[in-house]
Amino acid sequence: MATDLAPPPVKAATKPGRPRERLTFRTAMLRYRWLYLMLLPGLAYFVVFKYLPMYGVTIAFQDFLPFLGYSGSPWVGFKHFEELFNGPDFGRLMFNTLILALLTAVFVFPAPIIVALMLNELRHSVLKRSIQSLVYIPHFLSWTIVASLTYLLFSVDFGVIATFFHELLGGKKVDYVAQPDWFRPIIVFQLLWKQTGWGTIIYLAALAGVNTDLYEAARMDGAGRFRQFWHITLPAIRPTIVVMAVLTSGHLLDTGFEQIWLMTGALNRSSADVFDTFVYYMGITQGAFSYSTAVGLFKGLVGVLLIFGSNWLAKRLGQRGLF
Amino acid sequence: MPNQSPTHQHTLSSRVFDVLNIAVLLFLALITILPLLYVLAGSFASEAEIASRPFFLWPEKFVTTTYEYIFDSGTFVRALLTTICVTAVGTVVQVLLTFTMAYPLAKRYLPGRTLVLNLVIFTLVFTGGMIPTYLVVRDLGLLDSYWALILPLAINPFYLIIVKSFFQELPQALEEAARIDGCNEMGVFFKIVLPLSKPIIATFSLFYAVGIWNDYMSPLLYIDDSKKWTLQVLVRQLTSPDAQNAMAMLESVFFPTQGLKFAVVVIATLPILFFYPFLQKHFSKGVLLGSVKE
Repeated sequence: MATDLAPPPVKAATKPGRPRERLTFRTAMLRYRWLYLMLLPGLAYFVVFKYLPMYGVTIAFQDFLPFLGYSGSPWVGFKHFEELFNGPDFGRLMFNTLILALLTAVFVFPAPIIVALMLNELRHSVLKRSIQSLVYIPHFLSWTIVASLTYLLFSVDFGVIATFFHELLGGKKVDYVAQPDWFRPIIVFQLLWKQTGWGTIIYLAALAGVNTDLYEAARMDGAGRFRQFWHITLPAIRPTIVVMAVLTSGHLLDTGFEQIWLMTGALNRSSADVFDTFVYYMGITQGAFSYSTAVGLFKGLVGVLLIFGSNWLAKRLGQRGLF
Repeated sequence: MPNQSPTHQHTLSSRVFDVLNIAVLLFLALITILPLLYVLAGSFASEAEIASRPFFLWPEKFVTTTYEYIFDSGTFVRALLTTICVTAVGTVVQVLLTFTMAYPLAKRYLPGRTLVLNLVIFTLVFTGGMIPTYLVVRDLGLLDSYWALILPLAINPFYLIIVKSFFQELPQALEEAARIDGCNEMGVFFKIVLPLSKPIIATFSLFYAVGIWNDYMSPLLYIDDSKKWTLQVLVRQLTSPDAQNAMAMLESVFFPTQGLKFAVVVIATLPILFFYPFLQKHFSKGVLLGSVKE
């Protein structure tokens, strides 16, 4: 039994990855049956939970009714897309999503770079490691916890932030988390709190790779600390910054569903509604399966364009893309 | 020798910068940790103290009634046990599926490998989205089943690709030897490859476990029955300003007091903090692994 299982010589073939002989389907199946057997459960997962839903997006072009099924529901073409683009929701969703993306790009993206550079200047290694250990923690907490902390700190009855502003500004106590104007600052601050520390890791790794001889040489040449930073440290992490910027821009419209949903209340929806949460409202709460799928599909397709665009940009900038 | 660093001159401006730098970093560390310490202190404080003191790190009087109430109440214990079980079973399923699929994908000579890899990578770019996935889960009869919290997330394509790259780098000599001894590929995998992969198994077990423990979207989508709530749902139900009525309706005895909010946040956070030293080590390794190997 073992004889026919012998795999081809691993490195003997001239080109790695391709055996010389062309196998027929049957012999391949037979020879590698154990490997294919191992592949099967995972493949089944991808077919059922990834590719069936992809087929399921066809209901965006139907008036899907669960009891009629995918094949029985009537086709309606682009009706739901027209409804989306001409309806009252589209402008608000697009605006809210884009403004959050913009705020994230301006405030959240640079934060880990700055903190990593600051940590890099910290020569006291015990202090540096302690600070790192502390600022990494929030990354592992769920959005539910982060939202709950926010609600507790902003509570009108006892929250420290509401009390602070109350004593600073006087007047009536304000329920800030319910205010549409406060929604975006709170979202940005949560992102900063949760992800900044963790985000430094990738930049710190790049900074750790800098050859210390360079600093030594620069110092010999009389370069001060700032010039060392400007001419050695910053160029060293520039490629990492470019890659991260490209990767991030591919997910421009991906507002975190959980975060937004958890911070959305009855009163702040005018600035809280984004595509992701709107799909949930429409689909799950209202049961408008076809319309919500159309909204999701629109966002997904824009996402694909963004990913390919940013990947193309990465390659133009001389970086390795994602694919 | 005040400063061991060979790279910095000890000019005045350099020292001023160092002091400011340390001050700002310490401030950031404090902002990170203070809310957590406050919630911990608040969970042991009396209702009156929570209402009267806006911020404190040590309760004037230690009160454990909130925790006693929590561990007496069926809802909490059930949610805690549910979350622990789903996380444990889910992690095993996810790790098993990810690693068994990654192994054949690491074999460059396997016909059809590229096709499957491309199918996997495509799911990173485009997915069916929330509603079509929900409909599949519903059609499979998984609504209100714990499996709905596990199966739709069974394989993370990113992790799969990282594990595949790891397998490709493993020395082939041992596998060869086992094959010559008459082991089939599955035997090689379980007897040789998996024992060699213990560190990376630990890393991805933690990745997956934290993912399930923290997951709120899946129970929100797939679980209606309040008896099957996970800890994260309970945290949400208790602390959200809109959702408190639902909780009050659930158990007529149950009046959400402020202390409960603090305590339930602590309970949902503690396991994460307990594992944090391991998490920090393995996760940072995983992050860098992913960025290098991609």
